[in-house]
Amino acid sequence: MLARSANSIFWMFRYLERTENIARLLDAGLRMALTRDAADAGAEWRSVIITLGLKERYEAKFGKAVTGGQAINFILRDRDNPGNVLAIVEAARTNARQVRAGITRELWEAVNEGWMQINQALARAVKEPTLGAALDTMRRHALLVRGAMDGTMLRNENFNFARIGTFIERADNTARILDVKYYVLLPSVSYVGSRLDNVQWETVLRSVSGERSYRWLNSGKMEAAGIAEFLILDGRFPRSLAFCYAKLHSNLAALAREYGTESGCHEVLRDSLSRLHTLTIKQIFNSGLHEFIGEFIGRNQTLAGQIERDYRFAE
Amino acid sequence: MTDGAAAFFDEMTAPDGSVRPAYADYCGWLANQDPAQLKRKGAEAEEFFRRTGITFNVYGQSDAEERLIPFDMLPRIVTAREWWKLSRGIEQRVRALNSFLADLYHRQDIIRAGRLPLRMVAQNAAFLPQMAGFTPPGGVYTHICGIDLVRTGDDCFMVLEDNVRTPSGVSYMLENRETMMAMFPELFTAVRVSEVSDYPRRLARSLAACLPAACEDPANPVIAVLTPGIYNSAYFEHAFLADQMGAELVEGHDLKVIDGRVAMRTTRGYKAVDVLYRRVDDDYLDPLTFREDSALGIAGIFDVYRAGGITIANAPGTGIADDKAIYSFMPEIVEFYTGEKPLLDNVPTWRCSEVDSLAYVLDNLADLVVKEVHGSGGYGMLIGPAASKKELAEFTAKLKARPDNYIAQPTLALSTVPVFTKAGLAPRHVDLRPFVLVSPERVEITPGGLTRVAMKEGSLVVNSSQGGGTKDTWVLDDD
Repeated sequence: MLARSANSIFWMFRYLERTENIARLLDAGLRMALTRDAADAGAEWRSVIITLGLKERYEAKFGKAVTGGQAINFILRDRDNPGNVLAIVEAARTNARQVRAGITRELWEAVNEGWMQINQALARAVKEPTLGAALDTMRRHALLVRGAMDGTMLRNENFNFARIGTFIERADNTARILDVKYYVLLPSVSYVGSRLDNVQWETVLRSVSGERSYRWLNSGKMEAAGIAEFLILDGRFPRSLAFCYAKLHSNLAALAREYGTESGCHEVLRDSLSRLHTLTIKQIFNSGLHEFIGEFIGRNQTLAGQIERDYRFAE
Repeated sequence: MTDGAAAFFDEMTAPDGSVRPAYADYCGWLANQDPAQLKRKGAEAEEFFRRTGITFNVYGQSDAEERLIPFDMLPRIVTAREWWKLSRGIEQRVRALNSFLADLYHRQDIIRAGRLPLRMVAQNAAFLPQMAGFTPPGGVYTHICGIDLVRTGDDCFMVLEDNVRTPSGVSYMLENRETMMAMFPELFTAVRVSEVSDYPRRLARSLAACLPAACEDPANPVIAVLTPGIYNSAYFEHAFLADQMGAELVEGHDLKVIDGRVAMRTTRGYKAVDVLYRRVDDDYLDPLTFREDSALGIAGIFDVYRAGGITIANAPGTGIADDKAIYSFMPEIVEFYTGEKPLLDNVPTWRCSEVDSLAYVLDNLADLVVKEVHGSGGYGMLIGPAASKKELAEFTAKLKARPDNYIAQPTLALSTVPVFTKAGLAPRHVDLRPFVLVSPERVEITPGGLTRVAMKEGSLVVNSSQGGGTKDTWVLDDD
């Protein structure tokens, strides 16, 4: 396929995934704001801002204190934040337009319709009471796109690049949430069992839509190491790092089969994959959760860059 | 219901109020429709177009907002017999245009024979000296043509313009039909309409019939559509056609000349392109040969082309044939190359470069339509009867300053077809652009085309850039 098209479809799906992830993060923040006092809520919005890498820009505009209303609109629609949701949705659609001849009509229409609806939903400033509806629009859009993709796209290289974009982005997102919240998960005697802990842990899970799955798998037992293991190593959970990397593996393997040759990115992937396969959560905690995540994010970026080079996304 | 339209030929309703045969079945169906329901369908259609992203960008508008071309739900209908006559005339004309181009870029017999003045070519910017002596693969110059027709009476169609550079609008022909079928499926069982959906397949086949000598796998030729990019007003169409043909949609920076071929950058390295269906103008095709500042083209493509390394469709230099000054010679051109009288009439045209014509045009400016020789899209034209004193004065000055830049034509009594308005059906002026494919084996004309309609009451300007809309065009199946 055209290298520029591969680049477009890769980024189209990164942006689509990013939109969905932001919706989840905001949802978790909203939940906190609705159930806790202002200080806790402010702390949660602050961690959302940090997770999205917006701390400096936000503080430059509003100062250190984070309020829900400001955080929400900064993330969703503020032009002072170049990565605002409207801009991301626009970028996803622009990339879809670029690769219009390489995606199905159903997929294009799902993206285009979502773009129209999200623009409508975010046309005016969003307040906490109306945030739920806006997030709902974003989530539905993601589901529609995914359904259109699953039901209509040929399983060829276009599909593989779309999936690779999705899982590079998703792995990055899950890792960043862990990174910002790692202190919550650090096993510390004094925290264990306190109510605050449970709520915070649940927020972590909620940020990746994992609270129900986790409870179902662990009979409702909230425990730091269990949650970290679930998000990092549990290959059954579709937002875990292990799951994302299993998908990256199968899609890169499909490309290697199709092209009859492996590239540098396959080597990079094998490294990361073997770490996820051999490490236990205990080893990860022993050598430092924060260090592990930092390294993972770096390797994930290396992999993305290698894929872009191997498949000549740009010249 | 056709208030004040008596002077114009209405394609649906005869002056005595009876429905013409072409519209009999449709009107029978329409009589049984609930008007409120139809109104809802109109909103549905707009929603459909928005969701599909069938939008276009208008040049010269400050906001880069994407706009929809208004779509009217009432089809424009042509009988099988009318179509048969039209298509014979179009085929004759298109064959003549190709022969004309081949002649102009080789022996120039038509000039030697004294049927076309040398200055029409020698001083014409649309003539490309770089094409002289070169025969494009398959001998085809105009792979895709859009012939603009207007109707002024029952049996009277005329050619208003030949579009043989990069005619656009075919995606609307296809999408308008899709929309109609989605909205009114039962209508298509009541009225038998010729299919148009085959166009992309025929286009691909037609392009593949003109492979360059260097093509390595003629059974599986590599076809690509060259677009200026997503900000071009017709980008939707470029993507649409590439998608429907299974071709790659490329931009200039995807292509590079390597080992005598034009190759596109794929995820596996560079891959040679056999046929380039380009939707960029000649000027932007090759910065080495034409405009140096072009970022849309491919440096060196013209040399590859001349060496048989790629087919470019349409061939560079075809613009000389649809130039508006050349247009006025079309009756002679058709006769010269086919040995037959033209089956389709030209609109009478005054070449302002000629002293007598200029004098006539200046005297009768208020009754005439004046067009720029190289203009298109309805830009830079004067419609005398609708013009203000100031506009007439401006054009008088322009004509005197550069007479050779203009032609003039009588204001035509364009036929009307009703459109749905808030106040019910109302007649609006239309034209018709059928799409023609030329390959060494055949000339194919898709039964239908793009009907453009002036949405403003009384307006004669149908261009989408000037607020015109479109209709689905039906050619009835002959049983």
